Amino acid sequence: MNMDLRADLLALLPELTLTAGALVVLLAGVGGGGRRHGGLAVTALASVGLTAIALKIAVDVSEAGRLFFSGMFVLDPFAVFFKVLFLLTAALAPLLSRDYLERHDYRPGEYHSLVLFATVGMMVMASGTNLASIYVGLELMALSTYVLAGYFRREVKSHEAASKYFVLGALSSGVLVYGLSLLFGELGSLDLAAMAAALGGAERTPTLLTGMALLACGFLFKVAAVPFHMWTPDVYEGAPTPITAFLSVGPKAAAFAIFLRVFLGGLEGLTPYWVWLVGGSAALTMIWGNLAALTQDNVKRMLAYSSIAHAGYALLGLLAGSELGVQSVLFYMLVYLVSNLGAFGFVILLESRGYAGETVADYAGLARRQPLAAFGMLVFLLSLGGIPPTAGFMGKLYVFAAAVNAGFVWLVVVAVVMSAVSLYYYLRIAMQMYLREGQEGEGAEVLAAPWTARAIGVCGVFVGIIGVYPAPFAAAARTTAALIGVTLP
Amino acid sequence: MLDWLVAHVVPIVFYTAAVLVVAGAIGVIWFRNPIHAALSLLATFLAVAGLFVLQHAEFIAAVQIVVYAGGVMVLFLFVMMLVNVRTLPREYQYVRSLLPAAVVTGGFLAAVVAAGLFARSYLAAADPAALTAVEGQTMGNTEAVGWVLYRDFLLPFEVVSLVLLVAMLGAIVMGRKDRREEDAGEEAR
Amino acid sequence: MTYLVIPLVKIVVILLVLILGAAYLTFFERKILAYIQIRLGPNRVGPKGWLQAIADALKLFVKEDLTPARSEKFVFLLAPVLIIVPALLVFAVIPFGPSDIWRLTDINVALLFVLGVSSVGIYGIILGGWSSNNKYSLMGGLRSAAQLISYEVPMGFAVVTVVVMAGSLSLVRIVEVQRELGVWFFLPGIVALFVYFVCGVAETNRNPFDLPEAESELVGGFHTEYSGMKWAFFFLGEYANMIVISAMATVLFFGGWLPPFPNLLAPLWALPAVAWVPPPFWFLLKVAAFIFLYMWFRGTFPRYRFDQLMRLGWKVLLPVSLANLMVVALGVLILGGRS
Repeated sequence: MNMDLRADLLALLPELTLTAGALVVLLAGVGGGGRRHGGLAVTALASVGLTAIALKIAVDVSEAGRLFFSGMFVLDPFAVFFKVLFLLTAALAPLLSRDYLERHDYRPGEYHSLVLFATVGMMVMASGTNLASIYVGLELMALSTYVLAGYFRREVKSHEAASKYFVLGALSSGVLVYGLSLLFGELGSLDLAAMAAALGGAERTPTLLTGMALLACGFLFKVAAVPFHMWTPDVYEGAPTPITAFLSVGPKAAAFAIFLRVFLGGLEGLTPYWVWLVGGSAALTMIWGNLAALTQDNVKRMLAYSSIAHAGYALLGLLAGSELGVQSVLFYMLVYLVSNLGAFGFVILLESRGYAGETVADYAGLARRQPLAAFGMLVFLLSLGGIPPTAGFMGKLYVFAAAVNAGFVWLVVVAVVMSAVSLYYYLRIAMQMYLREGQEGEGAEVLAAPWTARAIGVCGVFVGIIGVYPAPFAAAARTTAALIGVTLP
Repeated sequence: MLDWLVAHVVPIVFYTAAVLVVAGAIGVIWFRNPIHAALSLLATFLAVAGLFVLQHAEFIAAVQIVVYAGGVMVLFLFVMMLVNVRTLPREYQYVRSLLPAAVVTGGFLAAVVAAGLFARSYLAAADPAALTAVEGQTMGNTEAVGWVLYRDFLLPFEVVSLVLLVAMLGAIVMGRKDRREEDAGEEAR
Repeated sequence: MTYLVIPLVKIVVILLVLILGAAYLTFFERKILAYIQIRLGPNRVGPKGWLQAIADALKLFVKEDLTPARSEKFVFLLAPVLIIVPALLVFAVIPFGPSDIWRLTDINVALLFVLGVSSVGIYGIILGGWSSNNKYSLMGGLRSAAQLISYEVPMGFAVVTVVVMAGSLSLVRIVEVQRELGVWFFLPGIVALFVYFVCGVAETNRNPFDLPEAESELVGGFHTEYSGMKWAFFFLGEYANMIVISAMATVLFFGGWLPPFPNLLAPLWALPAVAWVPPPFWFLLKVAAFIFLYMWFRGTFPRYRFDQLMRLGWKVLLPVSLANLMVVALGVLILGGRS
């Protein structure tokens, strides 16, 4: 084995570990009648833990700022930050899912394994410095999530979610690859650094701009930005709730990772062109996502529109583009991840009889029956709404500051107004919980689901700490932002 | 006559294959019988393989035939024959609503192609030397593909194997009998 | 003009020999089966029955050519063509001897060409079965499609094993490497040879894998509705494919045109008494041995059931061929073979 390959494999150690873990979970899931819920969730958790250790090792031994696999793969702090995010998601997913899967009686083996495979895909995306490796990572993630969305095969809604997600996702992949091929034709390379270099002297031909626009459309679809958001509410509503939680944070963060790296790295030279495209989409996303969320009675759909709106806020950081902008997106993703997973955790807890816990009315009088749960939900909702003592406020603050610095004042005005609008639908649930009397036998009970509760606890701790003391987390995001400029021209 | 044919074999083959590609693609959407449409697609695949050969990409041409003609299309035919659809009924309603969409999409594609052609014509003719520099490797086409695939694109290549694994896993998860159905079946036995 | 005339002459010769050979293979097959079953076989037409094949051909020529009323006319006509053309096309790259005289072309991806072209032959069967508008034919066609696709995979791996050992996709080069190494590939690749030939038998729909035309359940299988020359095309295609599989086995595993022990017995092969023997003689001798094996199979083995066939393909041959490929590749790596 030559030294190059050894270094390459060491840098890839986390992905290899997680793949091995996914395979172990898959094989272990075959035995025991496929019903060993606890054991398999623990195995999945353990492989995520081992992957975290592997990530630490890989970062320690790998040469800083070096490209691996012939320029396909990089292990810069930007990638590491996102990988930590993905591992956090992947660790919370089995916790959130364990009780839920058992309650609904679905096989856990393939389920956990697909979640881990999706995570491998996201990790490859975060490290990709070549559109080829980014694209295959994206497909790995996408295929796994299509299957997961339809995992609850006895539910018609789950079928609907999987079909819509698959058809529209495949279409968006087609658009993305088409754009990619046009860019390759014009710039002669899929390597981000080479593309950036080629852009220096390249004429802005219509083909080049079309390719860039199509690529942006594909990415906007993946982050669920308006007008490419149509799939989101249906998929989020129909998919198993833990998968909805996973979808709303993991793949979205991964999409932002490649969005940042491709558009601020490889296509930075085209900023004057894409800034209008992405800016317009960001404004529409914030407006439509929040307005549509107002009318939703189904909590999963409401959170789907809320996640669309959050993608709009995060796009501001991308538009700002500076070091501060990148840092703000990274930080925002962390904040959004813990808040959203926590909120979905409660939806999972409450979803007991069929689809109860999904309508806003199910939350009526929760504060009286379960004060602790109601308070927890309130914290996550406030964080999503961006109210000061929570993490959500800090996240929005960073993003808006970056956007103002970069001169996007009008967008920030839209964002602030829309944040205020968003409070209405977040607090609508809070109102139900605290101010409405639940009728006897109406409203959802909190289920005894210790694993889910643990996951919610982890999210709650993060939301609290980040809200009160954000400095170390923001610093983690900042170092990465400094390095994105070094590894990428 | 013969000498003329031999001298012009490349353009002759190219235009034959190109016409076949387009005609086959049109046939796919033209034929009402799905088997005929599938055969039409087969003609397109074979003609595309011919175009690859003209570009000295023999390996890709062979893979095109083995995978698409020999594998994918056979499975298509297999499924179509098992569900036994002979001829699709005419659905006027669909045709009406599809027409504007087809015009818009087709117009967009035509615009992209035209933009590309136009840009090429006013920029500069492609430099033949640049083309040979890419192709100019002395090694054969298969070796070149091997080198690129297993050295430059090793990581995506390996990730693709995971993608295929997940696709297979997904097909099994989606297609397998439900556990409750299985249990019921076992009890019945 | 010579650059056109010589290949054309070669093409005509190859085609004639192939078609005549295929016709006579039926005769030999009947004779061999007869001897296996201790009877005489055809012996009335011509001396010892030697003109039987000609008589059969004449019969097929003048027979009424029926086309079922509700069949797909065009596809019905296309199917026999699709089965015979790929079978004959493969011979464009088969090297019968060391020099250019003995072959039509030597392209550097000949092996891929063979795999690709023969994978198109499957359409003849599946379309023939479908276009007949007959349930038996359709079932035969579908069975065959499943069978061919299943067995193409382990066959591909067996062939790749040889490619790994030879380091080339050119059939000429593969034979040359066997001469240079002084060992034919059937020795290091004995498992691959086994897998290859079993798959080859399945690919040609021959006994014990002749399910597509299992007469006890499917009447005539995919060609139930065919008659006259169209039927003859299917028949010729099957025998031509047998020759292809045997020829490829010869090239890949048994040193092609090389005489036995080409290096060890080199002085012997240089003797004037033997040296005049053209290389194709050895080639054809080996091909004939494989074809005999085919007929031997037919005389001795019972037919597989469909599920057994699928299990053998996917659960035995595929893992075996994959494992074998890994072992051989490791061997080549350790022995510092060619790269």
